[in-house]
Amino acid sequence: MKKTKLIIASAIIALSLGGGILWASDHADAPKVTGKSTDITDLYVFQGANANNLVFVGNVQGLMSPATTATATFDENTMMEFKIDNTGDNVEDLVIQCVYKGGQMYIYGPVKPANTGFSSTVVGTASVIVPVTPYASSSTPITATGSTGITAFAGPRDDPFFFDLDQFHKITGGTATGFLATGKDTFAGTNVMSVVVEVPKSLLPSTSGKLNVWLQTKTKI
Amino acid sequence: MKSNIFTIIGLCALTLGLGSCSKKNDSPAAADPNTGVVFANTGDQVGRPGIATVFVSAADKDSFNATVPTSQAAAFQTKFVTQLQAYNGGGFTTNILGLNAAGFMGVLSTDVLNVNLSGKTTYYDGTNVLTGRNLTDDVIDVSLTLIFGGPTGGSNPTLTSDHVAANDKVFLTTFPYEAAPW
Repeated sequence: MKKTKLIIASAIIALSLGGGILWASDHADAPKVTGKSTDITDLYVFQGANANNLVFVGNVQGLMSPATTATATFDENTMMEFKIDNTGDNVEDLVIQCVYKGGQMYIYGPVKPANTGFSSTVVGTASVIVPVTPYASSSTPITATGSTGITAFAGPRDDPFFFDLDQFHKITGGTATGFLATGKDTFAGTNVMSVVVEVPKSLLPSTSGKLNVWLQTKTKI
Repeated sequence: MKSNIFTIIGLCALTLGLGSCSKKNDSPAAADPNTGVVFANTGDQVGRPGIATVFVSAADKDSFNATVPTSQAAAFQTKFVTQLQAYNGGGFTTNILGLNAAGFMGVLSTDVLNVNLSGKTTYYDGTNVLTGRNLTDDVIDVSLTLIFGGPTGGSNPTLTSDHVAANDKVFLTTFPYEAAPW
């Protein structure tokens, strides 16, 4: 009797540990955000198809099946904020703030933040406002371009992250010693909620020609 | 005296009229529903891919998300070095970037994505190092190679690539670049 209980307890602990060792990109990385609208999966920053532009991609709410995606929404209580350091000191000089309201994503900046750190106040008025693309019509994404040349998209997309996470679990769990000759993408077939903002580089001044970028989520008090 | 008062009232009315006029024509965004709204409860924070999940211990994950980048190295570099050595059975010397454990973790523990405004943007393509992050970048293989591959990148060959080299959907060549959802 006691022995059975012990085995069950061990199995539960093993399961919990297995769930805890989740090396995704940043998917479900911390207890405070896992399963919430604040859970970031990935940040991408790259040169646009137009080389005069830089593209910022912020993804949240990972590992969604098509059925889950069909009812997924952004959260009016959550801000997604791209922090941009253009002086090399890892303190944000500019921010791009993304706030969902009434079915639309409002994009603010790039603009000097009211203050640095974790408390963020929406600065000024939106540079561009884009209706969120519904899941049902996501093959034709809705985009909008504001007067300063910033283009935005918000809505469900395929998770662009790829990794054989299952095999990695086996390696860290001690049941495998290496990756497979042909890996299997654990994120295949899963979606994220995505915000994509393409910004003219002229709005991102930097004397060194370099930026440091990080993405934060935060909620209303 | 009386006429003066009337003049003043008249000017005020005129000013008010102009004020409302200019508001109507020049500031349509005055109706912006979010201006000044405060979001002060800390959520998630990400610079480079995989840093929190690979190097931050379970107990530190929330506090890592609540530490500004300028304070991250002081708080986490030593812990990251311990984790890096644990992955390598204590045998990590240097990686293909020529960085030793302290140097490598000194870079990664300040979790910001470095981006160049000119030239190619990529996480690592063999030539360009940390100049951005493309959707197509195989950041996992880069990370595995830097962690397990040793000074030449050739050590532990079964651990330096997951052999998943691309996304499950083709990316778009135009905005918004990411593929439609499943």
